[in-house]
Amino acid sequence: MPNQPILEHLWIIPLLPLLGATINGLFGARWPNKIVNTVALSATGLSFLSALEAVREFLAYYEQMHQAFRKEFFDWIFTGAAAGNFRVGFDLQMDQLTVVMVLVVTGVGFLIHIYSTGYMAHEGGYYRFFSYLNLFMFFMLILVLAANYVLLFVGWEGVGLASYLLIGFYFLKKSASDAGKKAFIVNRIGDFGFMLGMFLLFRKFNTLDFSQLFAAVEKSGLPAEGWGVFGIFTVASLLLFMGATGKSAQLPLYVWLPDAMEGPTPVSALIHAATMVTAGVYVVARSHILFQHSETALVVVAVVGCATALFAATIGLVQTDIKRVLAYSTVSQLGYMFLACGVDAFGAGIFHLMTHAFFKALLFLAAGSVIHAMGGEQDMRHMGGLSSKIKVTYWTMLIATIAIAGFPPLAGFFSKDAILFGAFTVDGESGGNGGHILYAIGLLTALLTSFYMFRLVFLTFHGKQRYDEHHVHVHESPWSMLGPLVVLAVLSVVGGWVAAPALWGGKDHFTLFLSPIFAAHEATGLSEAAAHSLELILAGVAIAAATLGLLTAFWLYLRQPGKPAQFAKSLQPVYKTLLNKYYVDELYAATVVRPLVWISDHVLWKIVDVEAIDGTVNGIAQGATAVGDRVRRTQSGNARSYATWVVVGALVVIVILFWPTLRPMIGMVTK
Amino acid sequence: MVPTQYYLILSAILFGLGVVAFVFRRNIITIFMSIELMLNAVNLSFVAFSQAMPATKGHNLDGQIFVLFVIVVAAAEAAVGLGIIILTARNRQSLNVERVDLLKL
Repeated sequence: MPNQPILEHLWIIPLLPLLGATINGLFGARWPNKIVNTVALSATGLSFLSALEAVREFLAYYEQMHQAFRKEFFDWIFTGAAAGNFRVGFDLQMDQLTVVMVLVVTGVGFLIHIYSTGYMAHEGGYYRFFSYLNLFMFFMLILVLAANYVLLFVGWEGVGLASYLLIGFYFLKKSASDAGKKAFIVNRIGDFGFMLGMFLLFRKFNTLDFSQLFAAVEKSGLPAEGWGVFGIFTVASLLLFMGATGKSAQLPLYVWLPDAMEGPTPVSALIHAATMVTAGVYVVARSHILFQHSETALVVVAVVGCATALFAATIGLVQTDIKRVLAYSTVSQLGYMFLACGVDAFGAGIFHLMTHAFFKALLFLAAGSVIHAMGGEQDMRHMGGLSSKIKVTYWTMLIATIAIAGFPPLAGFFSKDAILFGAFTVDGESGGNGGHILYAIGLLTALLTSFYMFRLVFLTFHGKQRYDEHHVHVHESPWSMLGPLVVLAVLSVVGGWVAAPALWGGKDHFTLFLSPIFAAHEATGLSEAAAHSLELILAGVAIAAATLGLLTAFWLYLRQPGKPAQFAKSLQPVYKTLLNKYYVDELYAATVVRPLVWISDHVLWKIVDVEAIDGTVNGIAQGATAVGDRVRRTQSGNARSYATWVVVGALVVIVILFWPTLRPMIGMVTK
Repeated sequence: MVPTQYYLILSAILFGLGVVAFVFRRNIITIFMSIELMLNAVNLSFVAFSQAMPATKGHNLDGQIFVLFVIVVAAAEAAVGLGIIILTARNRQSLNVERVDLLKL
């Protein structure tokens, strides 16, 4: 057994941010910013370093043992035999999937912490912000390191809490506190499904531990469920996926994510782009054995993901708030990840999760830098021509845009290509053509992505400046903010290269790395050479789509700046629908929110609470008063009436005592 | 010798008269006297029981001792009670108990 100090004490990785959160939360209010950010940064920094060391140790461990590292630290819940030996331990595990997640979470998280020291420098509640941010890191690490569903759920709820706190960070602003509540409540709906899924799995397999559960599934010999069969796997998978749609902002529960942009920009980058919202993808990937046992569940995942990708991308086309464009882009890209999971290309999904974490965090941070430069302005219609004034921000954002649009050799190209390839070839086994439809929609989404991202760049950085120079003093951000941008830009460029050899017939190292988890994707009836040439063709098509998007944006927003307004006018209904986000919020308000509020108001409040509950309590009090009022009359204060009662009482006692003697006498009298 | 029951019946009648007078009369002096009547009715039954004890066991004098105590206590009570009555009568210019009801709320 190799020496593995950190791996044996895996709890160190999540514990460090928790310590940071506790220290800052308890004492930070009185400390100057410098001490607060030293605590927060060292907590996350050390956590990142220990994660790196743990990964190194795990790889050495894996060389020898060829299995996931797993350690039980203590029993959290243990019911004993009477209740079915239900055991939930504080068990952490490390496998290839965890490696990717832990490195993304701690790495990107650390960069965003650095960025925040610059971005939040002039904000109130500095210690509060870093305390929440560290708390988020703690829960997120619990989520990805957990070795059973229950502990994962602890992290799952915890990141939801941190998200709520950070969205509502500017809680004096009503829209911000409302957005926080919306996020929390919408997530609750998904979590309900998640919990039902857990209960169902426990009932069937008697364990919620990942390794035991999946081993039990494999050993049970239950057949995979075909399309339309609603057995244990389909129902459990769909319930888990319901949780994932809440957390990862998929149709129909995506509505909270765009509103979550009310939070500070680093929060949007960390929680609502790079890490927390990918938790749903992680759970689906972690439970892939369940999903693979159910065709229905996989199809649902793929269709929901694909539909969300297109749906959110179309909304993103017309948004004018820079952060909202990115929010819809995030929803759309998350849809891509679910599409990958749904077509049984889990490796590609996780790959896109990683590259997306890099370039989307970068996009958000760069957008934050733009907002910082513009003194708080978020509307792209009031920007323009910033490229020469904030050069570093411009170049890093451009790199991220190229990456997300899917141009080689940047990261997004490789991951998106892997997903589209997976979608295109999924029909190999079944012979249907659903995969080609998914592929076509995915490709269309890629085109739209390229278009709205370049639209964002052109509107923000190119063209005429549309702000008043006397009011806005454009200035480049400090290096505490630019540093993380540069690092993330480098990652956005090189992040996909591990998969690059696949293009020239080599190995996709990322998928290879994850292959112990997701049994290597079966060849799809194509010979290796045919698959390879197909991949090249698909890559070419994807590049063409991205280029088309770029050119359209270039033509519409730089060459013919009047055109977009004309289009908007001639396509008024379409434009209005998109601008109002398909009226989904209004639809939910009319069908769910308002009826609920009405029932709460007219039934629960005015009838159940006021009439039934208050009525019972007040009724008891009134009854007591009424009885007291009657009985009070006996206390006349008149000595003779008291004497009468004494006599009556004495007679009663006598009758009771001498009843056996008296009864025959009464009998005699009545006779 | 007069049978014990006769004493007891007389005692009960006297006690009953006392109770009825106590409850129905309004004059405070009459009430006071009815209390004395009840006490003495009880005294009578004490003495009767004492006397009824069979001579073979020696006459048990406990009942008669009790009667002496009752008379002493009644005398003391009369002293205090009459004092209270006099004060009440002075304050209210009346001996009607109906009007002595300050204990009521």
